[in-house]
Amino acid sequence: MFKIVRREEMAEGTVILNEIEAPLIARKAKPGQFVILKANEEGERVPLTMAETDSEKGTITIIYMVVGKSTAIFRDLKVGDEYQDVIGPLGKATHLENVGNVVCVGGGTGVAVLHPITRGLKDVGNHVTCIIGARNKDLLILEEQMKAASHDLRVCTDDGSYGRSGFVTEELKDILDSDKDIKLVVAIGPVPMMKFVSKITKEYNVKTIVSLNPIMVDGTGMCGGCRVSVGGETKFACVDGPEFDGHEVDYDELAKRLQAYSEDEKKCYEDYCALENA
Amino acid sequence: MAEKKEKKEKIPRQPMPEQKPEIRRRNFEEVPIGYTPETAMLEASRCLQCKKPSCVEGCPVQVDIPGFIGFIKDGDFTGAIRHLWTKNSLPAVCGRVCPQEIQCEGRCVVGKKGEPVAIGNLERFAADYERKNGSGDLPPKQSPTGKKVAVVGSGPSGLTVAGDLVVKGHDVTVMEAFHKPGGVLVYGIPEFRLPKEIVFSEVNFLERLGAKVECNTVVGRTVSLDELFEEGYDAVYLGVGAGLPRFMNLPGENLIGILSANEYLTRANLMKAYRFPEVDTPIPIGKDVVVLGAGNVAMDSARTAMRLGADRVRIVYRRSREEMPARGAEIHHAEEEGIELFLLTNPTKFVGNEEGRLTGMECLKMELGEPDESGRRSPVAIEGSEFHMDCDLVIVAVGSGANPLLTQSTPDMKLNKWGYIEADPETGKTTKKGVWAGGDIVTGAATVILAMGAGRKAADSIHEYLTWGW
Ligand SMILES: Cc1cc2nc3c(=O)[nH]c(=O)nc-3n(C[C@H](O)[C@H](O)[C@H](O)COP(=O)(O)OP(=O)(O)OC[C@H]3O[C@@H](n4cnc5c(N)ncnc54)[C@H](O)[C@@H]3O)c2cc1C
Ligand SMILES: Cc1cc2nc3c(=O)[nH]c(=O)nc-3n(C[C@H](O)[C@H](O)[C@H](O)COP(=O)(O)OP(=O)(O)OC[C@H]3O[C@@H](n4cnc5c(N)ncnc54)[C@H](O)[C@@H]3O)c2cc1C
Ligand code: SF4
Ligand code: SF4
Ligand code: FES
Ligand SMILES: [Mg+2]
Repeated sequence: MFKIVRREEMAEGTVILNEIEAPLIARKAKPGQFVILKANEEGERVPLTMAETDSEKGTITIIYMVVGKSTAIFRDLKVGDEYQDVIGPLGKATHLENVGNVVCVGGGTGVAVLHPITRGLKDVGNHVTCIIGARNKDLLILEEQMKAASHDLRVCTDDGSYGRSGFVTEELKDILDSDKDIKLVVAIGPVPMMKFVSKITKEYNVKTIVSLNPIMVDGTGMCGGCRVSVGGETKFACVDGPEFDGHEVDYDELAKRLQAYSEDEKKCYEDYCALENA
Repeated sequence: MAEKKEKKEKIPRQPMPEQKPEIRRRNFEEVPIGYTPETAMLEASRCLQCKKPSCVEGCPVQVDIPGFIGFIKDGDFTGAIRHLWTKNSLPAVCGRVCPQEIQCEGRCVVGKKGEPVAIGNLERFAADYERKNGSGDLPPKQSPTGKKVAVVGSGPSGLTVAGDLVVKGHDVTVMEAFHKPGGVLVYGIPEFRLPKEIVFSEVNFLERLGAKVECNTVVGRTVSLDELFEEGYDAVYLGVGAGLPRFMNLPGENLIGILSANEYLTRANLMKAYRFPEVDTPIPIGKDVVVLGAGNVAMDSARTAMRLGADRVRIVYRRSREEMPARGAEIHHAEEEGIELFLLTNPTKFVGNEEGRLTGMECLKMELGEPDESGRRSPVAIEGSEFHMDCDLVIVAVGSGANPLLTQSTPDMKLNKWGYIEADPETGKTTKKGVWAGGDIVTGAATVILAMGAGRKAADSIHEYLTWGW
């Protein structure tokens, strides 16, 4: 059993942070890796990236958006409650290397995933500019942390309620126009965001890393449910990724595959909400 | 003597009572119901108690078949199970899933003229009887040796190693990547063929014996092989199975509605998705289902799809019925449940709609040509035989390979060209000191009993090492 020692709500309660006791995982985890969590006996195996790990305290931190039944069940867990199963660390760690000037782009809860990577890239000596975005000011997460993890933080909101009005891609374009020496872009967020970032960086010929989140079951390469097309080849995101060369990913296929169970998911989330409200 | 023999042959093989096909094709309860003590004793009386029993030669672990059957015949069911346990630690499982027709029963002399003694059914009976009525007494254990053994993987081979070593006094920890122990017995083989309660009761028995079972531990990720030695383990057994799904590598294979059998069965069995939305893991419900492949895995997938409510389930296989590798009983059960065999057919391409969902596949008709290296006649495409087949769910059950997750992080352990671990067939020793391996990760996908046999040999060798050195 894996006890929750800290819980926070962000973005008007739509995003939740849990710090969980998992000493074996905390000892080994590296930026970019994820865990699979299962709340209880009937629960689904849910992959979530570790936003933070503390090997001394023996804890890992996850930050997730409540989007369906399983994340709603997670949301309802309180400090002192336990996850029945936590498995990890899974996936390949981010390759952290000093390449010079780097831009990290995060959207939605992708910012949480981006945070340890940003810090890691800064720690190995890169100059890191960070762009984070959300639909509006209240949905923005981890602004302070991202500021501390990078040299220069830019904020965008779709509705202009805070920072630059518009998408992160516009800010990225401006940076690429003004600084010809960007060596690497890391983009993590919703599939369309990663797709457009990759499209732009391809025009500027800047290497781009994205982190993919297909539907997973085991997370150890034994089911093939997480397959994604990268450079015309099928890869298993849980073991070959989750990070891939953004210019090679078939985003349209990924977006479709993420809808595989959408009807069932919608129904079971509604049932759960109805039960909760009753 | 001759007279006695004649009398015995008059008793026909006792049929296994089963759920009726029309009913069971829509539920997940076990298909065979099991012998009553009376039927078991009657069936046991059919055994001729051969002095040189050929059936035993057909069993990969040399179960003393006439021995345990003799106990059943006399009504001493506890004696039967104790006798079985000396060679086979999971008789409730083997009685259900061994391919008896090509192993023990295939060699039974009674089968030369009539039907062989139902060895599998009797083995199952003895084990089930003990589980329900037995004392639950633990076998005697040797005093602690102070040696620590890590068993990686909790499939049949890992469980066998753990059981053998814990009674020899070693401190055994089983590490399993999944959240539940049992390997394929739990995530692959469906409830209607092997109730999970049986596997958990076996694991529970091991724990009562003093073995520790740590789930959620992915060796190679949560802890590396070398770290296990640093943590004080004296020996490690790798029984990680052949858990890498093989796909067809055809165009359109990433459409929604095409799943590996591993994924489909894991959702259904381990995650109990057949109870969705009562449980949270969904599973695709196909109306018109195609299963590619013709082994046990394919039969299990097809029968699961039928139980989940399919209108039609077809097994599509590129060879003919004779070459189908599944157990005879599984093919028979599948057909009884209305599953169609669509033979000498091979898909060439998957077709989908704008949403990226599968709608059908393009196929070619095949014919059998010359025998290949395996001695099976190889299928050859018939020119101009292209045709289209509608379907909304395809389960790919064309075999599995070695999962590299653990082995790729261990460069000093030799693998063969397919990525399986090289291990001495007699001892299970790998090329890395202190590490043994066995089961599917050494042989490639095989059988439960072979995985257990390999586990037993390795356990003997590990014990020897812990006593005398490498
Ligand atoms: C490697 C990886 C890392 C991730 N990290 C984070 C993170 O740090 N924070 C975060 O908020 N989300 C993260 N996700 C996404 C998260 O796993 C899903 O949001 C979650 O599974 C939704 O479950 P649900 O039952 O609440 O919603 P559902 O209603 O069941 O699903 C909503 C949508 O989530 C996706 N989804 C459903 N089941 C799965 C599954 N088993 N695996 C992956 N995606 C699924 C599908 O697109 C689905 O339409 C990550 C996913 C992956 C693969
Ligand atoms: C659907 C299906 C039906 C079958 N039907 C039959 C049948 O009727 N009769 C028969 O005899 N055989 C059958 N088989 C084959 C039989 O189940 C296997 O040969 C047998 O289970 C192999 O045993 P094993 O112990 O080597 O590995 P497995 O049973 O595969 O167990 C390996 C275990 O190791 C775990 N693992 C893997 N990697 C790691 C890691 N890095 N760290 C920790 N744990 C890890 C896995 O999660 C798994 O639990 C069937 C197989 C399948 C898939
Ligand atoms: S273990 Fe399998 S092959 Fe051996 S006697 Fe039992 S059923 Fe037959
Ligand atoms: S060969 Fe048949 S009859 Fe002879 S001992 Fe074995 S089971 Fe009995
Ligand atoms: S999640 Fe099963 S192979 Fe990646
Ligand atoms: Mg869900």
